[in-house]
Amino acid sequence: MLDVVSFIPRAVAQGVPLLYGSTGEIVTEKSGNLNLGIPGVMYVGAICGVIGSFLYERSLNGAPINAALGLLIPVVCCLIGSLLMGLLYCFLTVTLRANQNVTGLAMTTFGVGFGNFFGGSLIKLTGAQVPSIALSATSNLFRRSLPFAAKLGWFGKVFLSYGFLAYIAFVLAFAASYVLEHTRVGLQLRAVGEDPATADAAGINIARYKYIATCLGCMIAGLGGLYYVMDYANGVWSNDAFGDRGWLALALVIFTIWRPKVSAVASVLFGGLYILYVFIPSGPAVKELYKMLPYVVTIIVLVLSSLRNQRENQPPESLGLPYFRENR
Amino acid sequence: MIHITKRKEMPLWQSLSVRLGAILVAIVVCGFITTITTGLNPISVYATMFKGAFGTPRKIWILLQEIAILLCVALALTPAFRMKFWNLGGEGQILAGSLASAACMICLGGKLPNALLILLMLVCSLVAGAVWAGIPAVAKARWNTNETLFTLMMNYVATQLVAYFVIVWEVPKGSGNIGIINQATEAGWLPQIAGFKYLLNILLVAVLTVVMHLYLSYSKHGYEISVVGESTNTARYVGIKVDRVIVRTLLLSGAVCGFAGFLLVAGTNHTLTTTIAGGRGFTAVMVAWLAKFNPLVMIASSFLLVFMDSGAGEISTAYGLNHSFGDILTGIILFFIIGCEFFIAYQVHFDKKEGGHDA
Amino acid sequence: MTDRQLAVRMRGITKVFAGKVVANKDVDLDIYRGEVLALLGENGSGKTTLMNMLSGIYFPDSGHIEIDGKPVVIASPKDAFDHGIGMIHQHFKLVNVFTAAENIVLGLKEEGRLDLAKAAERIRQICDTYGFDVDPNQKVYDMSVSQKQTVEIVKLLYRGADILILDEPTAVLTPQETDKLFAVLRNMRDDGKAIIIITHKLNEVKELSDRVVVLRKGENVGEMITAESTTQEMTNMMVGRQVTLNIDRPPVEMDYRMERIRVKNLTVKNHDGIVKLDDVSFTAYTGEILGIAGISGSGQKELLEAIAGLQPVESGSIEYVVDATGEKEEVEQLIGMDPIKIAQMGVVLSFVPEDRLGMGLVADMDLTDNMMLRSFRDGASPFTDRKAPRHLAELVVDELEVNTPGVSTPVRRLSGGNVQKVLVGREIAAAPTVLLSAYAVRGLDVNSSYLIYDLLNRQKGNGVAVVYVGEDLDVLLELCDRILVLCGGKVSGVVDGRTTNKNEVGLMMTKLGGGEA
Repeated sequence: MLDVVSFIPRAVAQGVPLLYGSTGEIVTEKSGNLNLGIPGVMYVGAICGVIGSFLYERSLNGAPINAALGLLIPVVCCLIGSLLMGLLYCFLTVTLRANQNVTGLAMTTFGVGFGNFFGGSLIKLTGAQVPSIALSATSNLFRRSLPFAAKLGWFGKVFLSYGFLAYIAFVLAFAASYVLEHTRVGLQLRAVGEDPATADAAGINIARYKYIATCLGCMIAGLGGLYYVMDYANGVWSNDAFGDRGWLALALVIFTIWRPKVSAVASVLFGGLYILYVFIPSGPAVKELYKMLPYVVTIIVLVLSSLRNQRENQPPESLGLPYFRENR
Repeated sequence: MIHITKRKEMPLWQSLSVRLGAILVAIVVCGFITTITTGLNPISVYATMFKGAFGTPRKIWILLQEIAILLCVALALTPAFRMKFWNLGGEGQILAGSLASAACMICLGGKLPNALLILLMLVCSLVAGAVWAGIPAVAKARWNTNETLFTLMMNYVATQLVAYFVIVWEVPKGSGNIGIINQATEAGWLPQIAGFKYLLNILLVAVLTVVMHLYLSYSKHGYEISVVGESTNTARYVGIKVDRVIVRTLLLSGAVCGFAGFLLVAGTNHTLTTTIAGGRGFTAVMVAWLAKFNPLVMIASSFLLVFMDSGAGEISTAYGLNHSFGDILTGIILFFIIGCEFFIAYQVHFDKKEGGHDA
Repeated sequence: MTDRQLAVRMRGITKVFAGKVVANKDVDLDIYRGEVLALLGENGSGKTTLMNMLSGIYFPDSGHIEIDGKPVVIASPKDAFDHGIGMIHQHFKLVNVFTAAENIVLGLKEEGRLDLAKAAERIRQICDTYGFDVDPNQKVYDMSVSQKQTVEIVKLLYRGADILILDEPTAVLTPQETDKLFAVLRNMRDDGKAIIIITHKLNEVKELSDRVVVLRKGENVGEMITAESTTQEMTNMMVGRQVTLNIDRPPVEMDYRMERIRVKNLTVKNHDGIVKLDDVSFTAYTGEILGIAGISGSGQKELLEAIAGLQPVESGSIEYVVDATGEKEEVEQLIGMDPIKIAQMGVVLSFVPEDRLGMGLVADMDLTDNMMLRSFRDGASPFTDRKAPRHLAELVVDELEVNTPGVSTPVRRLSGGNVQKVLVGREIAAAPTVLLSAYAVRGLDVNSSYLIYDLLNRQKGNGVAVVYVGEDLDVLLELCDRILVLCGGKVSGVVDGRTTNKNEVGLMMTKLGGGEA
């Protein structure tokens, strides 16, 4: 039988990076930008955080870590790195109107390479005397959960056993949902992604919305990478360990039909599917088939939603298309 | 006030020099970045790259073989792209083809005459690739399902399917990989020509390049693909069945990806792993796009990307850096080329009079 | 009504496109509050361009505009809005997946948080005031065309517009919907708003407007008080005096004349289920040019596409008479056929569509490749033969004097007239027995136009049944042997091109046939 109490925390831990990635991508796609560079952005976010905290930990020379700085430095570095990726994407696709698919794929190549390069070379580049990147002091800060969580039995384990970044992921997802559905800015952002010509006629600055949404989206997604390395992986960077989670986050966007608050639940579901094999006794081969489930389910959702052709359940109408107001 | 208009057309020499200029600027920028991050002299870094790509006959052979495979995948994607169908599922289609080939080799190796086995592998790979691309194509034609997202998802289904079979067939049990298939008998291995291991691969892709060029530019199918890509309304006007062309073209696209998978298993690696496609399904998107979907120009663009990769590999070995350095440099060069297209397609005017009126 | 308050004063407005096409020339126009002004004119008379300058979409080359007596510069839709001017275009600017209320508040810079319930309340208030029927929570994609239009109007009122411009608002409406629209427009007028409707339908002008201004070829040719004028006077002013163009019209060879296309009780509906052709019947003969007249959107496009096998048909029949000379008449049914099947039956049917670069030709392909659009399937070889198309392209370039650097130039780079020569040249080269053409001379210069007339006449001489959909009555009257007049998807009559005159056809185009325009 499935041990629910130990299953759920692991599913959540798997789901959080996906949730960050999908929230970021939904915000981006709502502006009509299909950013296939998200996997790369998540790598860049992660490695920037790692670089920041690596340099900080080194500068301590064995002195105890300052909790505020230990958290702030990686988070800020991560946000700056992802922001720069977002700006690059926007500059190419919005300002220079380049093809979004090609730009995104190039960004993924670049981002994954960037992450793996610095992950693999950081020690050599800085001449440090350590065998591998293991930021345990920083990781401990990120993984700190509420002190009384352990005393609350199953409730504490299921709901309170996570580091703060996990909770921020859920807060961000619900906040993004609220902004998209209930605020003026959200309404205008959706209009930009659906029908930029109409939004333009209504006096909305298309380029500004696309820039801001995409950059914000990248920053949110970058945090997912940071969570993975600092919390999930205990501050240990190993190349390619993040794997295809970026693409899985993209799948999650489709699966939830562009709704961040549904993502909050669905990310745990995806995370659960990802590790289901651990809990269901099966051969080592079959577990690989279980890992296929999130993608298969996503495809089914994609086909069904196009089959039913309900207008609410479609991708933003101008997704992937550049906007050019030619002589109006 | 900045004011942007679409250009009518730029002369070929001018657009080529814009692109070349972009690559040059990118190389200079790459040099700077190399120096900043590693403290090395950029000139010697480029010399090392060159040596890495062309240093020994063996390296040249590997370079040519890599170009051949990447080119093959780019050729596969091109018919779909010309139709404005974003097939981002090359990775999965290659894997499907590889899987089919490997399955034949493992299950039938030694039971069939070698020639027949290879033929069977070829056919199965083509069919597997075609099926993998055909599923999203049918959904697109029937229900207008978003093909970019569908083909993308199919990649990971294929990856996991391969992962499953890798464990089913793993040798020895528990090792997590298959190892070289039929090492002793070489059953299902593509024969060497004149003692050169990769020559057959390269020749096959060379032939494919010419055939694909002829198909796209001179065949009736190729003509239909162009019309559908440009305007479905015109296609309707002259009685072209758009749905049928979409499915047919994607079957072809997938089959050629499957062929690349076949070459990888039967010609190069003689094994099956989940990473056998090595991101070529995505890299090929950029190869095809950089060449403006012209098969002959793709020889150059795939050369550029493979050269960057193998050259950077050499840097990594020579200076003890991580191999991914090549991806960074490739990314930077791509960004510059992607960006420079804007200046080919559009014209920027700086006019001071009448600010707001025509902005 | 007595003390009329001037809302807008336009003086000497001129707009020239691309340095040569004069859309408006020195136009003066006054608009008063509390009145409905009808801006009347044929297609291409510059009505929409003039109003686009008032709503900030175009900027006039010269002239000035005053609002409430104060000179203003209107450089963007936002500027127009700040002066209370709102325009409803023929293509609605609405986000489909949004509700009416969301669309209405979109882009508004209001203080405070988004309160759709409050907005819905205000929308209901506006609706009650003027008699609109809008559900604020209905999604736009669920709405009929008329509901979408209503949302557009409410959107303007919600933002406080008091000068409203409607561009052919009834083109997409049923008669009942039109009545409803007119009722609310009258309410708005009585509320003191200035309303301008752009139209070419005389009955609407009569029914709704207080004053009429007529534009012809970009100029203001006069105005009148609606109540004091007849539709005859308006027609005369709109179409102008009959001009002699000296287009050749060879006589029809009556000896060889026979029926070719027989359309019976044809009814066609568009995507939205609106009837575009209503019980249309007529016959096209060999060796004659059958003109089709009508205001735009009266079903011309659907009629040609139905014959060409591109338009699903609700009911009726389209027969192609293969041979009527023998004992028994040989007839093929064209309904349910696609272009390939029609060609396979041996019917050579050529079609010059209205959308030249989006349908008739592929803009990015060169002349040679465009020549083989219809013929590329010929032959058993899997490869295309480019020799014959290149030869044909060279021939067309030569004979029709197409101005192009060569046959390998993409047609996108040719001028409008040359594009049309390429298209017509290809369609005629197939040696058709039926030639359908839609707006074949639209946007063409005089020389190119005469060349096209000449080509059509030669086809007629060869015994082809030519169908010519046109918008310029002067041309129709001089070129065509018979003219079929469409009005609101119905045939309002067929007249002899040699004996009829402009007024007769003009009235048939706009007549109140069966209580509908």
